Amino acid sequence: MNSGVVPYILISIGVFFDLVGAIGLLRLPDVYNRLQAATKCVTLGTCLILVGVLVHSGWNAMGIKALLAAVFVLWTSPTGSHALARGAHIAGVPLWERSVVDKYREDTGH
Amino acid sequence: MDTLKRRLLDFTIIFGLWLLLTWSLDWQGLIVGAILAVLIAFFLSGLLPEKAGRLFSPVRWFWALVHMALLSFWIIVANFDVLYRVVHPNLPIRPGIVKIKTTLKSDQAKAFLANSITLTPGTLTVDVIGDSLYVHWINVHERLEDTEAMTRDIAGRFESTLRRVFD
Repeated sequence: MNSGVVPYILISIGVFFDLVGAIGLLRLPDVYNRLQAATKCVTLGTCLILVGVLVHSGWNAMGIKALLAAVFVLWTSPTGSHALARGAHIAGVPLWERSVVDKYREDTGH
Repeated sequence: MDTLKRRLLDFTIIFGLWLLLTWSLDWQGLIVGAILAVLIAFFLSGLLPEKAGRLFSPVRWFWALVHMALLSFWIIVANFDVLYRVVHPNLPIRPGIVKIKTTLKSDQAKAFLANSITLTPGTLTVDVIGDSLYVHWINVHERLEDTEAMTRDIAGRFESTLRRVFD
C-alpha cells in the first residue's frame, strides 16, 4: 500500500514518546514513579509504532498482527504495571522519602 | 447465558483470533487452530463471565467505543504530562498513594476502571480491594482527607461510560 509519509510520522512520534518514557525511567526517584512514566509513554509509543506499521503495510498478515499487538499492549501494559507496583509494595520497596501519603500501607500494613 | 453457549462463544473468539494472527486458510493451520481453541475453550476455566449475553448488546458496544475515544484522549494528555514532568529541571512531583472509592459493581468494570486510571495523567492503580482503589498519584493535591474530591478527579471521568458498558 502506498501511504506516503504518514507511517513514518506515526513511528517517529512513537519512538519519541518511548524515549520520553526511558528518560522518565532514569530521572524519576522511585519504582512507583518510574512505573508511571514507563507505562504511559511506552504504551502510547509502542501503539503508535504498531499503528504506523499497520498504515505502512495495509490490511495484510503483517498489518493485522501489528494491530492485534497494539490491542494487547493497550490491555496488558497497565495490568502488568499494577502487578509490579503491588508486588513491589508488598515486598517492602519504600516510596520516595518526599512522598506525601501512603494510604495503602495504612490500610493493609504491607 | 448457559455454560455450553459461553464455551462455544469462547471457542469462536479464540479461533477467530487464531485466524487473524495466522492470516491464512491453509488446512493444516486451521486444524491446529481448531484443536487449540477446543482445548482452551472446553478444558480451561472459561474466558467469559456469567453475563456474556451482554456482548451482543449494540448499546453497550456504542458506549465501549465512546470509552475508547475518551481513553485515547486522556492517554495523549498523560503523555504530555509525563513529558513536562520529566524534562522540567526541578522535577515537579508530589507523589503518594491515595485511596478512592468507586461506585462500579462488576469485576469487569472495576478491572477496566483500574487499567484506565493507570493510563491517564499522573495516576497508577496499585491495588483494588472491594470498592476501594489504591492509586499512586504523582501530584497529590492538598485536600488529603477528601476522598470524594479525589475520586472525582481520578475516576470521575470514566465511571459513567464504564457503568453503561458493564453494569
